[in-house]
Amino acid sequence: MPITYTSGEQIEVYRFSIPVTVGVPLLALFLQAFLPRRIFSIFDLPLLVTIFFAMARRNPISGLFTGAAIGLAQDMLGPYPIGIYGIAKTVVGYGASSLGAKLDVENAGARLLVTLGFYLLHQAVYFTVARGMVNLTLNWSWSRGILAGLANAVVGVGLYFVLDKFKQRT
Amino acid sequence: MESVLGRYRNLTILVGVLFLQVLGLAVQVKRSNDAEHTRLIRIWAVDAITPLESGLVWVQNGGRNLWHNYFFLRGVRAENRELKEQIEQMRLEQVRLSEDAAQAHRLQSLLAFKEQIIAKTVAAQVIGSSGSDLSRSIYIDKGSDQGIKADMPVITVGGIVGKVLRAYPSTSLVLMVNDQSSGVGVLLEKSRLQGVLRGTPDGELIVERVMSDEQVAAGETVLSSGGDQIFPKGLPVGTVKEVRPGKEMFLSIRVRPSADLSRLEEVLVITDKQEQSPAADGGSRVRAADVLAQRLPSVPEKPPGVPGAVPSGGGAGPGQGSGAGAKPPATAATQAVTGNGPKVTSSPSKLNPAGDQVANPGTRPDGGIARPPSIEVLNRVAQKPISGDAANSESGGEAALPSPSASKAPTPAAKPAQPQPKPPSTQKPPPQPPVTEDTPH
Repeated sequence: MPITYTSGEQIEVYRFSIPVTVGVPLLALFLQAFLPRRIFSIFDLPLLVTIFFAMARRNPISGLFTGAAIGLAQDMLGPYPIGIYGIAKTVVGYGASSLGAKLDVENAGARLLVTLGFYLLHQAVYFTVARGMVNLTLNWSWSRGILAGLANAVVGVGLYFVLDKFKQRT
Repeated sequence: MESVLGRYRNLTILVGVLFLQVLGLAVQVKRSNDAEHTRLIRIWAVDAITPLESGLVWVQNGGRNLWHNYFFLRGVRAENRELKEQIEQMRLEQVRLSEDAAQAHRLQSLLAFKEQIIAKTVAAQVIGSSGSDLSRSIYIDKGSDQGIKADMPVITVGGIVGKVLRAYPSTSLVLMVNDQSSGVGVLLEKSRLQGVLRGTPDGELIVERVMSDEQVAAGETVLSSGGDQIFPKGLPVGTVKEVRPGKEMFLSIRVRPSADLSRLEEVLVITDKQEQSPAADGGSRVRAADVLAQRLPSVPEKPPGVPGAVPSGGGAGPGQGSGAGAKPPATAATQAVTGNGPKVTSSPSKLNPAGDQVANPGTRPDGGIARPPSIEVLNRVAQKPISGDAANSESGGEAALPSPSASKAPTPAAKPAQPQPKPPSTQKPPPQPPVTEDTPH
């Protein structure tokens, strides 16, 4: 069983079957578009899926490409120019996989904090690109951002445990 | 160089991927019409997602219909009785409003006004959203195959929803009015002030470009002004919720949307608008009192020679002399009131699920009631009664959906005739069934 060694600790690298690799992000995008926006609009399921795949694979390159693909697909469904979510999720995918390669992010507490952190990073990049390049007027609210981040983190922890079932050891 | 790239390989790829995306974004932003350049990949993404959404919406609606049509029938009789009473009340209201509208049309024709009338609509179902908290857009299940094009207005029973941003073959992306990139020309109903309605990042609606020295009261109705060349004039937008000083010399007027933008299920896309001059054809019009006289219950006419026969329709209306048993042929105006005129398909199943095109009788050549009847159709489609205010208030019909003509027409000096008292009779007349489109006179 191939194992990567980082800082003297054994961290396992996982892979996923093709149906899971393609189907789970598509399902996340579909649910994000289909679920009633009044309740579910603060959740960013594609982001959670990006973080999960990136942390599980622990490969920055695959992480950034996963993030880019999911983000660009999300952009295609929206009204704004394509690339805003793509850039934000590329950064998140790269960061999550880099972090996953260095830290043990298998337990619930670590996952909660990591998801919260990456949610805020994602929003920061999105806001920067949207305001700086597309000239959208977005208002940043710390309270709303942190609350949404916590909500996403809680949902993410549950989602990760479900998605753990699809992991395959390399 | 190679060693540096090899050492920072991951970072180099990250920068490269980001650079490509930034470049693509910059190209889209620079070009004014990015929709054409990104159309193909957007179609792929939409085609991948929307069939699933359409299927789920179909299953959802099937289950809901099954519940509503077969299991949830308690209290239907009582509700039916109440609705019949409401129909009667609204018909009386409609008679008065039609007279108002007729007068407005006569005045408009004198002034050679042009008015926009909703000529054709397509009913569509909301099947999803863009899936982002930071944008407000929805997907509907009708697209260019059904005649939908970009920039067509989208409305509901309550009021305006947004405009078609992109039309794909079988679906369309609708940018809602509360998106921050949206802009709608609006008009405050009482003060007649014009402004621009914009969405905020939080999904609220504000009216901009109203000078701070103007007086705007909370609760005032906001209508579309038609200045944006997308929405016809006079469609309800919302009501003023709060007025605050805004940037520079302008007010910031928060508006509560009249359509529930977060719970949209069915919408109408206005696919055709017509501009016409209202025609004043008083020749075929029937006075409100005459119409009422025909419709109020009266004693059936008895054959001549019968002792004690009560002259029918004696108090029905001035100069009419006709009761329920001897009515004159229905004129155009009568047909408009009683529903015998141009018919609007009343079966919801014929309209909404299939999304058939509904030709509005609002384009009647006589320039009659300008209130878009498609909204009445949608009323039936959505099976929602008109709001209590709209049904009860004197200007209820206009509040629900004011006609462009009525919104700009002066208030008539003389109100049309009030409902006439029932004709005297020796016995209580039998209850007359409410007149429906299928009930012949």
